[in-house]
Formats: sequence, structure tokens, C-alpha cells
Amino acid sequence: MAKYLLLKHYRGAPAAVNDVPMDKWTQDEITAHIQYMRDFADRLEKTGEFVGGEAVAPEGAWVRYDGEGRPPVTDGPFAETKDLIAGWMIIDVDTYDRAVQLAGELSAAPGAGGKPIHEWLEVRPFLAAPPTIPDCPH
Amino acid sequence: MNEALLRSLTPSVLTVLVRRGADFAAAEDAVQDALVEAVRVWPADPPRDPKGWLVTVAWRRFLDATRADTARRRREDRVDEEPAPGPAPAADDTLQLYFLCAHPSLTPSSAVALTLRAVGGLTTRQIAQAYLVPEATMAQRISRAKRTVSGVRLDRPGDVSTVLRVLYLVFNEGYSGDVDLSAEAIRLTRQLATTIDHPEVAGLLALMLLHHARREARTTPDGSLVPLADQNRALWDTTAITEGVAILQTALSRDRLGEFQAQAAIAALHADAPTAGETDWVQIVEWYDELAGLTDNPVVQLNRAVAVGEADGPRAGLAALSKLDDSLPRHTAVAAYLHERDGDTKTAARLYTEAAQKAPNLAERNHLTRQAARLNASR
Repeated sequence: MAKYLLLKHYRGAPAAVNDVPMDKWTQDEITAHIQYMRDFADRLEKTGEFVGGEAVAPEGAWVRYDGEGRPPVTDGPFAETKDLIAGWMIIDVDTYDRAVQLAGELSAAPGAGGKPIHEWLEVRPFLAAPPTIPDCPH
Repeated sequence: MNEALLRSLTPSVLTVLVRRGADFAAAEDAVQDALVEAVRVWPADPPRDPKGWLVTVAWRRFLDATRADTARRRREDRVDEEPAPGPAPAADDTLQLYFLCAHPSLTPSSAVALTLRAVGGLTTRQIAQAYLVPEATMAQRISRAKRTVSGVRLDRPGDVSTVLRVLYLVFNEGYSGDVDLSAEAIRLTRQLATTIDHPEVAGLLALMLLHHARREARTTPDGSLVPLADQNRALWDTTAITEGVAILQTALSRDRLGEFQAQAAIAALHADAPTAGETDWVQIVEWYDELAGLTDNPVVQLNRAVAVGEADGPRAGLAALSKLDDSLPRHTAVAAYLHERDGDTKTAARLYTEAAQKAPNLAERNHLTRQAARLNASR
């Protein structure tokens, strides 16, 4: 029972095996890919492991506080930003191994030629609440 | 209306339905419906016989659901609408329900969810909120769990240790949202203790009570962790401690030691010390040695190293620690603590920073970061 964040990147991950950009796929390949992602989320809901998931637009802005009474400053997007998140999914699973297994299945989503993309996904554990019985007495 | 009282009737109502021949999954749904109905109706119109009321409503729901089902199947195998009175369910039936919900074929998270619903009487929404997952996901987790155990008969005794593991997991989840899972785990373990005479059930109940007693002192109002040594012991719940110690002593007198009794004994020794400085660390080390003989969980050795550090000095603690795999969770945090006790604040500060990066939860990370900052500021 631990939550993990599965992160998909536009940029920043090592190159996928089937590394053809989506705009070079056929219509049917795109449809098949989207269907795979939907089916994956549906299946995880049925296994009681799905928490949430969204895709995010590649273009965003940097925002920071600019002092009392002033509106926040915005900047960017910076084209040179190396790491760019494309989407996320949160799962609630029994073990780390299960999280890795599911990330592996998600990475098998079909791309060009209907073949698995083998893209690299990032798996990050959430920092949960501390247990009632502390593992360490200090 | 006392919701805990209402929920405490859940397992016995459910077992009545199962005894009358309802299958577990359908009976469990019917009991949930009856509980929801009770919450709606009872405040204005409290029944004289709450359990009888629940049985009647749940049985009617079960028949309605079965009838709808049967209609779909062209009314084959119609269920007899007048149930045989049947023998009154014994406490033993409730015990079987615990075994079923903690069945080894279930994953831990499924067993936890099913136990909270079928034995605890919590709604799917409450369980989902407590575990911070969508209600739809929790509903699927529960119905899958019910399917998994659908072939299991309720007439064979199970392994009580599987039940205890599930209750321990619930207790450790603590408090999030509207449901106090620690209190719920204590209630369910207490109820279990009335249905089975087993020293480890008593041991787990004692362990829970002794840790629950410290709850007010464990965190500051903003949620920061307070280590045991720094806790305001006046905030400890002495009633819970007294009860926990009494339960533990009775269990230990049976001379069938187990993991939970040994852990509870350690918690009791902490509870017994009026100040941190008066803790009987020598006895605590002995209990860790006992515990190490009962489980190969490496966390025991890690905690033992801390206790050795208190009993025989930080050098002895570090020596004990050096024999352990340094990839163990919290190994670095223990090393930092022992180095600080040994006067090596430079190493300690570095290790606290490192431990913070590896911390498995936010409260611990913040605590370890604070320790590093405290040492860095004093140098």
C-alpha cells in the first residue's frame, strides 16, 4: 500500500527504443496508442490500484513571488529546459515491484508501426504519512 | 447515534445472513445497505433491538437483490423467502469472518479494505478517504477481494497471524481524513480478542494501546515529529497504558511468547519510565534479543543498535550497527544519532542530511533536516 508517481517525459528521459515522434505516426497508430492508455487506466481502476492521471501541455510558464503587493513574475517557457514532463499517473500498489511492473506495461504502449514504444518512464514513491508505530525509537 | 456501536454489530449480522445461506459477497452488500439505512433512520426512530432490525433489513435487501438476479435468470432456483430461524451465530462465526477477510490469497491492501468493510462496517467512501484513493478504485478493490475469497468456506479455522498482520497494517496507517484507523484497528483487535484466546492477539492489542497512548505527545500541533526522548510524558494516556500493561502481563504469563508480545514489552518499558533518562535500556536490549529470535526482520537489529547505544554507550551502538547492512531503511538516521551521542557532530550533521534525503515520509524528512540544521548552526 504505497503510492507511486509514474512520470512520462516529452524530453529528458533516455531515448525510447521505438523513438519515432507521434506526428510521424499514422492516424490508426495514434488511435491505438490512445486506446491503450485508456484501457490501462481502466484496468488499474478494476484492480483497485488507480488513483489519478493527467497529461500536461508542453508549454508552461515559470512563476515566482515578486514581493508584498506586487503581482507574481512570470517567465518562460524556456526552450532549453532539458526535462519536460508530459503526463503523470498515480497508482496505489502493494509493492515497489508491482509499481515497476505496471510502469513497464505502460511503457509498452504502441507507437509507430503498432510496435511498443519502450519509452523510459520515471517511477517515484510518494512521501507518505509516518507510521503509527515508528520503525525507529528516536 | 453511536456509530461505533452500530458498526460493532456488522460481523454478527453478516454471519447471520451467511448462515441462512446467503453467499458472502451478496450478504456483505446487503449488510452495507442496512448500515446506511440505519444511519438514516435510527436517529429519529431508534429500534428496540438494533441487531434484529439490521438482520431484518439486510435480509430483505439480500432477497430483493437475489430476486432481481433470479428474475434475470428466468426465475430459476428461487430463494425461499422465509428463512429458517437457524441457530444463533456464535462468537466463532465472527472469528471466521476475520479469517476470511485476511485470507492469504488476498494482497495486503485488499485484505485491509475487506476487513474494514465486512468486519469494521465502514463504508467504501470512508475507506477510500482514509487511504486517499478514489471511491471507484476502492469499490473495485473490495469487490475483487470478495471475488477472490468467494470459494472459501467459512467453516475452517484460519491462521490468526494473517489476521494480526492485517490489523497491524490498519493501525499503522494512523489518521487521515475522517476515519481514525488506529482507533478502528484497536476496536477490531479488541473485538477479536473476545472471540479467540490467543496470547499474540493480546500482545498486538497491548502494543496498539501502548503506542496509541503516546499519540498526543508524538507530534506538535503543526505535525512535526517529537522523538520519544523529547516527548512530554504528561500527555501520555495513562488509562491506555494501564490497560495495555495489564493485557500484556496476562499474555506473557501464558509463556507463549511471540513477536507482538515482545514488541509490546519494549513499548511497556518505555511507558514505565517517568523520564527518558530513567528508561531501562538494559532490559530493552534483552527484549530486542528475544525479538530477534522470533523474527528475521532487520529493523529489529537496527532498533537494537539504538538500544545498545543507550545501554552501553554510543560506541557499543555503533559497533552493533556496523554489523548491519547499511542499505537498510533508516540505517543512516541511526548512524547519525549514534555519532551525535558520541560527540562527533560533524559526521552526525552530514549523516542527518543524507538520512533526510532517504526518508520514507515527509515528517521524518523534516525531522532529520532539522537535526542537521541544529548541528550545523551550533558548530
